[in-house]
Amino acid sequence: MMHLIVAPIVLPAVVAAFLVLVLRHDLTSQRIVSMGATLALLAVTIWLYLSATDGAPTSYQLGDWRAPFGIVLVLDRLAALMLLLTALLAVAVLIYAMAGWDKAGRHFHPLFQFQLMGLNGAFLTGDVFNLFVFFEIMLIASYGLMLHGGGARRLRAGFHYVAINLIGSTLFLFAVGLIYAVTGTLNMADLVGKVAQIAPGDEALLRVGALLLLVVFALKAALVPLQWWLPSAYAAAPGPVAALFMMMTKVGAYSIVRVYTLVFGADAGAVADVAAPWVVPAALATLLLGAVGVLASPTLLGLACFSIVWSMGSLLLALGLFDQGGLSAGLYYLLHSTLSGAALFLLADLVRAQRGRIADRLVPASLLPHAHLLAGLFFVAAIAITGMPPLSGFLGKLLILDATWRGPLAVASWVVLLGTSLLVIVGFARAGSTLFWKVADRPPEPVEAARSVALPVAVIAALLGTTVLLSLFAGPVTRELTATAQQTRDIKAYVRAVNPAALAQSRSEPR
Amino acid sequence: MEILVASGIGVLTMVGLYLVLSRHSFPVIIGTTFLSYAVNLFLFAMGRLSIDKAPIITKGVTDYTDPLPQALVLTAIVISFGMTALVVVLALRGFLETGTERLENGEAHRRARARKAERR
Repeated sequence: MMHLIVAPIVLPAVVAAFLVLVLRHDLTSQRIVSMGATLALLAVTIWLYLSATDGAPTSYQLGDWRAPFGIVLVLDRLAALMLLLTALLAVAVLIYAMAGWDKAGRHFHPLFQFQLMGLNGAFLTGDVFNLFVFFEIMLIASYGLMLHGGGARRLRAGFHYVAINLIGSTLFLFAVGLIYAVTGTLNMADLVGKVAQIAPGDEALLRVGALLLLVVFALKAALVPLQWWLPSAYAAAPGPVAALFMMMTKVGAYSIVRVYTLVFGADAGAVADVAAPWVVPAALATLLLGAVGVLASPTLLGLACFSIVWSMGSLLLALGLFDQGGLSAGLYYLLHSTLSGAALFLLADLVRAQRGRIADRLVPASLLPHAHLLAGLFFVAAIAITGMPPLSGFLGKLLILDATWRGPLAVASWVVLLGTSLLVIVGFARAGSTLFWKVADRPPEPVEAARSVALPVAVIAALLGTTVLLSLFAGPVTRELTATAQQTRDIKAYVRAVNPAALAQSRSEPR
Repeated sequence: MEILVASGIGVLTMVGLYLVLSRHSFPVIIGTTFLSYAVNLFLFAMGRLSIDKAPIITKGVTDYTDPLPQALVLTAIVISFGMTALVVVLALRGFLETGTERLENGEAHRRARARKAERR
């Protein structure tokens, strides 16, 4: 029965291969198969989430090789939550892409499925080296998706993106090598015991390994000073791809939570809480820089990108506390910021397509064809993202403020989070009024082909609808997330699920 | 042997880092290749350096070397090989479409230069 745990990885992999080998020339059947597979994935992840909510983490040992030696997948509430969020976002993005973007180049659907495989694998794996492998799968697919449609600007931004991630992968391997060299294992559950009993001479090496790993995850999560790649890459990527990439930054945040709660958490002996002094200050810097970027952006996509940087700052401000309150607040904000950020990217793409040559530059143009509809959506999206009442962004921010109050740097966190929120609100208000209210007296721009906006608008509205639902059902959702945070911080339960022998053994034999 | 391997990895990393910071795409590619060589060597060394030891359990042998880093390094080599191929194609396409292999943020740079020329 629990073979379904491996389905979120196997299903996209098989479907992607099938799409590229058999259905390579037939877009219609590609769309049908891709959509069917993604819906099936959604069904599987819902089932996995439900089965994860009642009880302890479950592990799946591939090929039945025992845990520290074989490859192991672990399904707990946190992993199941991320899987469910990925599948939800994937369905929305895929529907949007079918309105035209998937025709812009070849192999959109196989790459999309491979991307899902990498994301799901990264959330499920219980092994640091496999985390590297799934990061690579995810990144390789993302290179293809980012360049989808071609063009000089995209190529140039793509080269930067690939180069920075290649360097990131190299650092990841250095970190993995260091950790393996001193502990002799890369299985996360096995690492828990081994890290705590590290030989005194190896502490420095392990600390370097742990912090190098943090650099890699911070690069993925776009934490200052490693955020420079994000605005140019996301702005150059096609709209639906940028929306899916919302999940890529979250993988970085997820990895930080997983590794620095489980392996280098409070019980890690000499390297206990090794990440804690770094994440919160970096998150504060990220908030500042993101807000300034939002104010300074000359384009709508640039604004969206910097608002993502800003939201990653708020997210890691909460997650960086590494305590119960911070984790559950952060998870609520993570759900909110993923869905509303994706909606903003899709909306920016739609607006750009409607404005012809002016594209998404924030200058007055002639009246948009569907101005009222788009302006309404932008208004809702702006309220959600900037965190104004009554939508989920506001509740998420309240939860974060409440969580930071008990942590270190409480005053700085409040001042920076509230101050930058104001800047972001100003930025969004200015962008919205320029886009939708200031009408220049000039002939309308020729728009390529009058695409139907019904389907894209429906997708964006649905995504924004989920943030409304998040705020309506905030009570039950936060209760679920509190349980998720509790389980994530229960290291013993995780180890017991993966490798029962390790718990007993870890106290007896230091390497 | 330790010093030789360690300084070899160090030199490779240094060369790689220097080249990656370059302003043109070709040196960046060579730089990432150097970095991946360095990390491959590093992964080999992480199972400890040893000579003439068995990697697989054999009768009558008590001294073993760690067989796992080879498996890890193989994965790393395959991935970095594929990535290098991709980034070469990417740089080539970029060169063919823009006619330059310079890596500055193209449009902003060109606009700034045009503005400066106008002012003169």
